[in-house]
Amino acid sequence: MPALNPLNLLMIIAVVSVVTIFTRALPFLFFAGNRQPSKYILYIGNILPPAVMAMLLLYSIRSATPLMYPYGLPEFISIAVVILLHVWKRNNLISILCGTLCYMVLVQVVFAS
Amino acid sequence: MIGYIVVGMAFGLLVQNIGLNFLWAGLISLTVYAGSMQFVMINFLSGAGSLIEVALVTFIVNMRHMFYGLTFLTRFKSMGKKKPYMVFALTDETYALLCSAKVPANVEPGLFYFLIALLNQIYWITGTLLGALFGSILSIDTTGIEFTMTALFAVICTEQWLSFPTRIPAIIGLICAVLSLNLFGATNMLIPAMFAIILLLTLLRPALEPKIRKLEEEEMEQCQL
Repeated sequence: MPALNPLNLLMIIAVVSVVTIFTRALPFLFFAGNRQPSKYILYIGNILPPAVMAMLLLYSIRSATPLMYPYGLPEFISIAVVILLHVWKRNNLISILCGTLCYMVLVQVVFAS
Repeated sequence: MIGYIVVGMAFGLLVQNIGLNFLWAGLISLTVYAGSMQFVMINFLSGAGSLIEVALVTFIVNMRHMFYGLTFLTRFKSMGKKKPYMVFALTDETYALLCSAKVPANVEPGLFYFLIALLNQIYWITGTLLGALFGSILSIDTTGIEFTMTALFAVICTEQWLSFPTRIPAIIGLICAVLSLNLFGATNMLIPAMFAIILLLTLLRPALEPKIRKLEEEEMEQCQL
């Protein structure tokens, strides 16, 4: 069960919703006339996505324990499966589905505590 | 279309997995409607992070969306009452579709764009609800199903690794995240990592900007009317 009460949950959803809308509405609010965003903002916005995604990838496995059993092996192996499948097939569905099934088998059966 | 339903289902399943029912999952897909961020959000909904952190992370993760709006500044202008929804619904998928779709000769462009955006969100919400309901009747052991999130991010990273003009930002992102995880711990890692990433990318701007200039130009060309 979630540790948060419904009010906390609603507040989180509201904040994410409002900030997301803000990022989408920014150009319509500030750059509607002839004003262009600064070169620096354009640069950061373009260069940021691969860095943020790499960060989120690691964030999503932050609970792994590389120094203790199972040494982050389920995560490492399953991510390798996703990457190899994706380079091979370039199919989001296959990569995500097989990677997840691989991880589930690894944590439930192979590295079961 | 299929992509939206499938990823939507994965999201619904994960919301169900942290103990929230389909109404919550549906509410999020209705009001937030942002693929990657909704997955990141599941961490916050299960108790990680303050509201300030939620806001900052949302801003950084979704910052790319402001560029989509730049492309459509003039095109959305004539859309009247439909414009606010178009701005709200400008996701990665919808942006890509709006850029590539040809307006049929006998259809008003504004209506065509609006229907694309609306249908996309309907697919997304449908997928979400299906995933959540599926998760609630699933009787197998779902331990490890949260890896769907990691798999999705790994797919996006792989795509970027193969197609983005430079791999340096991805490497910087990974290194900053590893350092931040070790220095600040699992619960506090995001904010320091984000600041370190922005700082490093700013310092490396002279070296990196020429590499992505082509990307910027292509982006502008791709979506010209």
